[in-house]
Amino acid sequence: MKDPKVTVKIPRPLYERIQQVITDSGFSSATDFIVFVLRDLVGDRALEKTDPEAGVARNNFTNDELAEIRRKLENLGYL
Amino acid sequence: MIPAHGGRLINRIAQGEQREELLAAAKNAPSLTLNAREVSDLEMIAIGAMSPLEGFMGSADLDSVVKNCRLANGVVWPLPVTLSSKGGSFAAGGLIKLEDESGALLGVLQLEETYAYDKDTEAQGALGTTDDKHPGKQYLNGLEGDYLAGPVWLLEMPKHAFANDYRLTPRETRVLFKHKGWKTVVAFQTRNPIHRAHEYLTKCALEIVDGLLIHPLVGETKSDDIPAEVRMKCYTTLLDGYYPKDRVALAVYPQAMRYAGPREAIFHALLRKNYGCTHFIVGRDHAGVGDYYGTYDAQEIFGQFTTEEIGITPLMFEHSFWDKVAGAMASNKTAAATKPEDKVFLSGTKVREMLSNGERPPVEFTRPEVADILIDSMASKASV
Repeated sequence: MKDPKVTVKIPRPLYERIQQVITDSGFSSATDFIVFVLRDLVGDRALEKTDPEAGVARNNFTNDELAEIRRKLENLGYL
Repeated sequence: MIPAHGGRLINRIAQGEQREELLAAAKNAPSLTLNAREVSDLEMIAIGAMSPLEGFMGSADLDSVVKNCRLANGVVWPLPVTLSSKGGSFAAGGLIKLEDESGALLGVLQLEETYAYDKDTEAQGALGTTDDKHPGKQYLNGLEGDYLAGPVWLLEMPKHAFANDYRLTPRETRVLFKHKGWKTVVAFQTRNPIHRAHEYLTKCALEIVDGLLIHPLVGETKSDDIPAEVRMKCYTTLLDGYYPKDRVALAVYPQAMRYAGPREAIFHALLRKNYGCTHFIVGRDHAGVGDYYGTYDAQEIFGQFTTEEIGITPLMFEHSFWDKVAGAMASNKTAAATKPEDKVFLSGTKVREMLSNGERPPVEFTRPEVADILIDSMASKASV
């Protein structure tokens, strides 16, 4: 099984700047902060690929989420 | 479908691993208790109703909103969305746990800025008055400490005591409209029961679009407004009896009322665009209170912006009433009646007086089923 984590290199000055930024922030390490920010950014990029018909991201719904929305709308008698 | 305001529908609801990471990172973070308006603002930012906002406003945005009715980047935005520190002191760059008044954790804010802002300047710009009797100014006067700004993530939806089935997010209403095949949808904002005049406006609007979203505001309102739970009974009863089921949807709008008149009309319209609506009804004295705003100020303010900047089409309606001469609902634009005695319209004070006496207003003013719900509600309130 592959290691679920990989190593990414970033410039040392940036790493040191991040260490300063996370002081007292609640993030326990620069790695935690970087993973959090990247996940947020990647999520945002995904949102940009919107479905022109619905105005929301195509991949912004899991099948379970879509089923839950349909159930909610059906219960209201709207579908 | 109509794009969200600013171009992208925001989603700040943390889920899965991101949520777990935030919970871990915020474990030892300081807490801040939000008031009712801030809780509803947090929810609305997170679900995308306040797109393009991703958090509570910083000083550049607030100053630009107050002075220019725009965010610092130029996007039209009429009202402040701010978070008060309640006198607490917080480290810049750190996370803050956002809690409701029961102590339940709702979300986190990453603090980017702490700043002070003059309350009179904010009130004059946003509300058009610095009068301490205005409910919006009273809210500002009650805030303690500086404003805290930064992006937010919602970890738990706020708990609501009623209408949970009707709480549809912008993503959900967009799915609904798409499924229904509604290319054009008009939103009706209200914080009151729907009387015949409002029914008339919504049906006039529905004549020219595919669907109607009745979207009552259920966030914090003045204590003398009809409670949202009671209004919901009125809406469902009215819709069951008097509207076409396949072309109308009811969902609640969790914003706290600002009573900012014209600027709030723009606010209500832009946020309904985020829900996927293409048209928005603006009646007389929209979002007004007392005599702070002119009867049609909330319609005229739309003229200050280009159609592209607003994106959603306002449908302006004049004061409407039952026209005895024509035997139909009408407005001053369409009425045959010219004498006041031929126009059935009652003041809010008169209606409250009749209802509290157990008396139904005329059927030309209020549907009897709606009147009965309001009479029952007032009787229960009086017996407590």
